[in-house]
Amino acid sequence: MGYSKDQLLARLKELQIEFSQYEHPVVLTVEAQAKYVGNMVGVLSKNLFLKDKKHRYYVVSALADTKVDLKVLSQRLGLGKGGLRMAPEEALGEILQVPLGCVTPFAVVNESARHVSLLLDQGFKSQECCIFHPLSNDMSISLNAQGLDTFLKSIGRNPSYIDLEANPPIGKDQPPDLAAFVPSDSPVLSDLPEKAPSAQDSTGKSVGAATNSAAVTAKAVKPSGNAQNVKEKPVDSVRPSIPAADAGKFVEELLDRASALLISEDSIKQHGGQLGAEVANNIKKCLREDIKNLATIFKNTAYTEGFYAGTRYQPKRL
Amino acid sequence: MEKIEDKNRQQEEEQVVNPWEVSAKEGGKIDYDKLIDKFGCQRLDQSFVDRVQRLTCRPPHVFLRRGIFFAHRDFNDILDAYERGEKFYLYTGRGPSSEALHLGHLIPFMFTKYLQDAFKVPLVIQLTDDEKCMWKNLSVEESQRLARENAKDIIACGFDISKTFIFSDFDYVGGAFYKNMVKVAKCVTYNKVVGIFGFTGEDHIGKVSFPPVQAVPSFPSSFPHLFSGKDNLRCLIPCAIDQDPYFRMTRDVAPRIGYHKPALIESLFFPALQGETGKMSASDPNSAIYVTDSAKDIKHKVNKHAFTGGQESIEKHRQYGANLEVDIPIKYLNFFLEDDAELEHIKKEYGAGRMLTGEVKKRLTEVLTELVERHRRARAAVTDEMVDAFMAVRPLPNMFD
Repeated sequence: MGYSKDQLLARLKELQIEFSQYEHPVVLTVEAQAKYVGNMVGVLSKNLFLKDKKHRYYVVSALADTKVDLKVLSQRLGLGKGGLRMAPEEALGEILQVPLGCVTPFAVVNESARHVSLLLDQGFKSQECCIFHPLSNDMSISLNAQGLDTFLKSIGRNPSYIDLEANPPIGKDQPPDLAAFVPSDSPVLSDLPEKAPSAQDSTGKSVGAATNSAAVTAKAVKPSGNAQNVKEKPVDSVRPSIPAADAGKFVEELLDRASALLISEDSIKQHGGQLGAEVANNIKKCLREDIKNLATIFKNTAYTEGFYAGTRYQPKRL
Repeated sequence: MEKIEDKNRQQEEEQVVNPWEVSAKEGGKIDYDKLIDKFGCQRLDQSFVDRVQRLTCRPPHVFLRRGIFFAHRDFNDILDAYERGEKFYLYTGRGPSSEALHLGHLIPFMFTKYLQDAFKVPLVIQLTDDEKCMWKNLSVEESQRLARENAKDIIACGFDISKTFIFSDFDYVGGAFYKNMVKVAKCVTYNKVVGIFGFTGEDHIGKVSFPPVQAVPSFPSSFPHLFSGKDNLRCLIPCAIDQDPYFRMTRDVAPRIGYHKPALIESLFFPALQGETGKMSASDPNSAIYVTDSAKDIKHKVNKHAFTGGQESIEKHRQYGANLEVDIPIKYLNFFLEDDAELEHIKKEYGAGRMLTGEVKKRLTEVLTELVERHRRARAAVTDEMVDAFMAVRPLPNMFD
């Protein structure tokens, strides 16, 4: 199991890191958190858990006011224009081992997060104290950037702060300036959306799926620039949704593939003008089949769930 | 009716093609022209491919373009009726003899999926678990289990659940289906079935009475929950050409019991990795690429076991070029490489000796790996509930949409 809040607090004390803590009801968003910690000394942080096409994960931790543009960040990391996406919910639990709404730089203490890259806002350094969740969203702790550094160094991490608002030109002659932050090892976890939980018991699945589809359809596809989204995710029910029936994941998968192909189209455009249109057409041809297959899987799964529910339907008592 | 050699007489000069055995003349390859002649079916020529393209408003499937599906019976009738606005339904099947499916098994399903999408017609898929129970001497439970496992791989080929009914014989035979079986059985004498299938006095009566089971899905009245009131609905059967005997028998019987003859569209055999002497065999893992093979397995099998037409040395190869007639990688690419232009280019360069076997194998490995990967992903999304839903006896109100 992952590091607990208490273990973290104990560790901070051991390392003689100064911090203050404040307990409050569970919060999922920075706004909600702000309501409760207004009395604390320190500036609120916003924390994003992101993933790229090659299933590498990143925690971006910034001052609440810092503007984080995922498109720019993606390019600066050398992942192309649409390379970064919000990580799926399961990844939160599996890799960072924190609940929803609780992304925090402290989560990299977990073994499972060994390969997660940590990007810290240089804005933290100019603040006296910054506020983070200590692996649980019913508490906030406020500490100085140096304290954070001490902790990170103690777990073998080298803290580096970057100007998250910078937008340097990236091109042939200007290599991505944050390329060093891309994890070099491939993560241990397999691609989460593909896992179909076949070991689940069937009744659990249909009930879980029904509530999840409702929760999922409420979730809009997140625009890349919106940094609040990680904390705004609805608290998921205990049962994980069947990936194939999750409209959100389905669309994410489609968009992932589309942008993956579009990115290579982009680089071709940089090098050979006319080839672009030709390649784009070929790409559409490949993509069409792939997307149709995905759509068929999606449809079949939705039908199956409906069918299953139908077989256990209890007619209205007259 | 054509007579097929008794499968006991293995050393015959003629090639042997029937539902339980496929082998070429000694050391040679299957002569498809002779087969068409002997069976009495028709060649599928380019005019059909063009017509399909016109009628379906989409590019014809790679298997049609490359002549993989190369023979037919009455496919023109199906197309004529379709043009008049009369739909049809598709019928195909699998004998679930093993859990391991290889690419050769997928071919009729890949093509059937294309037909379903292109013509927007429903499909019934028969899993002949009873046949395998009888012929392979499996227990009833084991053959039923294999049927369900195979159903998952079949579903992974991408069939639309709102237009597809999968059934296993052990589950479904009975009712209207059985009534049709009896009607068919009454029209086929013992002598005839021996003549078609080569049964002997030693074969048990299960085998002898099996053929009607595979015949009656060709008749819409066998599926009252799907086609009630549509007795005139035609049936098109995509299958490999070794299944032809069943349907020759069916076509002979159909008019006598007042039904349309089913139409057929038949494919070549997918050659084994070691060369074109017969079908792939599920018992020899190195003769085929399985849908469970990893990328590493595929690379290894293609590199180490694929029979090539390349010359012994690079110099000789550059001089004489490759023998495309026997080269397995080229044949496989013929099945699975979508891009016509690229295939032509490879054939030209390889045949002239400018491209080496290694390159062709590399390209083949890429293509096969992508195919198997896609299948595996789709397979992972198939749950037991989905299999139950596909196999449930339920109406399909949107089957022609």
